[in-house]
Amino acid sequence: MAIAESKSEEIAVLGGDRRRTARLVIWLLVGGLALAAFLSLSIGATGFTPGAAWEAIWASLRGASGNEAALRDTIILDIRLPRTLLGIIIGAALAVSGVVLQGLFRNPLADPGLVGVSSGAGLAAVIVIIGIPIFLPETARLIGPYALPVAAFFGALITTTLLYRIATRAGRTSVATMLLAGIALGALAGALTGYLTYLSDDQQLRDLTFWTMGSLGGATMEKVLISAPFILVALISIPWLADRLDALLLGEAEAGHLGVEVQTVKRLAIVIVALSVGASVAAAGPIGFIGIVVPHLLRLGIGPRHRALLIGSALLGAILLIGADIVSRTAVAPAELPIGIVTALIGAPFFLWLLLRRRSLVDL
Amino acid sequence: MGSMKGLQQGRRLLVMAMLASAALMQPATAATITDGSGRQVEVTDTSRTVAAGGSVTEILYALGLQDRIVAVDTTSLYPAAALAEHPNVGYLRALSSEGLLSVKPTLILAEADAGPKDVVGQLQNASVPFVTVPDEASPEGIAEKIRFVGKVMGKPSEGEHLAATLLADFRSLEEQLAKVNDRPKVLFILSTAGDRMMAAGAGTSADEMIKLAKAENALTDFAGYKQVNGEAIIAAAPDVILMMTRSGAHAPGEALFANPAIAQTPAGRNKRLITMDGLYLLGFGPRTAHAAATLAAKLHPDAAIAPLPERPWTK
Repeated sequence: MAIAESKSEEIAVLGGDRRRTARLVIWLLVGGLALAAFLSLSIGATGFTPGAAWEAIWASLRGASGNEAALRDTIILDIRLPRTLLGIIIGAALAVSGVVLQGLFRNPLADPGLVGVSSGAGLAAVIVIIGIPIFLPETARLIGPYALPVAAFFGALITTTLLYRIATRAGRTSVATMLLAGIALGALAGALTGYLTYLSDDQQLRDLTFWTMGSLGGATMEKVLISAPFILVALISIPWLADRLDALLLGEAEAGHLGVEVQTVKRLAIVIVALSVGASVAAAGPIGFIGIVVPHLLRLGIGPRHRALLIGSALLGAILLIGADIVSRTAVAPAELPIGIVTALIGAPFFLWLLLRRRSLVDL
Repeated sequence: MGSMKGLQQGRRLLVMAMLASAALMQPATAATITDGSGRQVEVTDTSRTVAAGGSVTEILYALGLQDRIVAVDTTSLYPAAALAEHPNVGYLRALSSEGLLSVKPTLILAEADAGPKDVVGQLQNASVPFVTVPDEASPEGIAEKIRFVGKVMGKPSEGEHLAATLLADFRSLEEQLAKVNDRPKVLFILSTAGDRMMAAGAGTSADEMIKLAKAENALTDFAGYKQVNGEAIIAAAPDVILMMTRSGAHAPGEALFANPAIAQTPAGRNKRLITMDGLYLLGFGPRTAHAAATLAAKLHPDAAIAPLPERPWTK
């Protein structure tokens, strides 16, 4: 297959130069993320400027808070800060799961949104939003805020596992089968979501319509604290996973000969994707294209080695999602655009450009 | 010289008048209010109010409090001045916390439908009082909504007066309808996208309006707005079709009556279609008694329903 060959060539020419470039790019991204977070805290529909943002954070760190500063503190600490943190977490999670899916399928077109994983998580989330209040009102109160992320995780897990089972035969993953299976699974999840939507009342219906466009608008510190552990698991396993994904690029059999525990790596990869996508969908609804745009941009700059790619993607994903969120909340202020619209407006043309540029990679 | 002095005096008077009117505009008394969601909210200053929801905006205008509005949402379509004169904070169910707070409100007055839930939660915890207006689609429900808004805004007697007028209008409509015997079956169609029709079932505001106009909703075996197929429409056998007027309307009638299912119904055979402005018909605000009277007059053409007296807020 064309991809595996070009990948191994790329790996073969990897030298010290690429590594130095990668290190430089990652440091630049760290700086970029700091800048993006700063802007995200400083820009919004209200006129609170960078100075006010730092005053508010500084004041709350010292435990002091004036009465006249109440509105400022509300906006900076309760609205912009959780929004920024959630944006970092979800942006990193989606980009990392993009890289992991692409490594797992040895295919640069894998993206949690494109291959139906987000739809699976979304279906589970909709089941919780609509189904549980109807059928199990008591349970809803018991499991509380964790119901949504846990359900979305299982939705994503089931979809990713099914996808991998269908697309892989005798250790070879077929690109065409994966994309088609992803479309089918996405359509199935979409249809079931549609059925539940049909059952819902007007209120739920309209809420869901906006939920499916994704938004960081409802970010709270509670959501940040609930989603963070899901994504931390993925980030912590990066060092262990990176080299093994590199080996997997050569093919499963070859990786096995190199001593890689292929099955374990695949299982871990699936769990990481499910955790990240599940937590993201639960916290902010489905947000597309970060998982495909980010790894690609980075591969252009630093090549396919996974260690740098995973770390860099986490950073760039966070930067891009925060950036998109700044656009979503300032473009039509005081109203707000759903962030899914912004990422799709940026991501879809990029995806088309990618297809035109590297058409041979898809060769269905 | 004399004129200079006169000018100065005039200026001083003007400033004093402005101060006095500013003092009158801002009711100084803080009130703790139990809002529509059952929360206790303390309201101290209503001089900069965000009106989130078409009926809230209408009530504020009807009470003559439009000067206290600093922003409205996209459903605030009446009076037309509301959206023309104020910043728009977006669709009622897709509000943005910071966007709302950016207009520096001292009070957010929102309909029960306001969302998304997380954003409402954020706003309820923010330093600006967020008050949910109680909502029930009935004459007494609207009157209660008006009294509530009057109370929150520090104008309880004006609210009471408006509510009483509205209830009197409803009563006079009811008296007129008492002599009407027939109850035509009405099918409310929310939208026809192609040939797919969304119709109103039980528990909808359209259902409530049809009852207020002394008619019967043709479809009550489901709740909410649902897509219905041709056979269900034929089985429902409506005498009249009710729809909302679309802006830039291409006559909906002909396409509608060309629909094979509609053509099979009494409404289709007699070509009976009533169209009304959506917010007027379904808004459940101060104009609803008039809307019910308009609808009743169209539904019972033989009963000669007299129009209700014109009110300042229905012009």
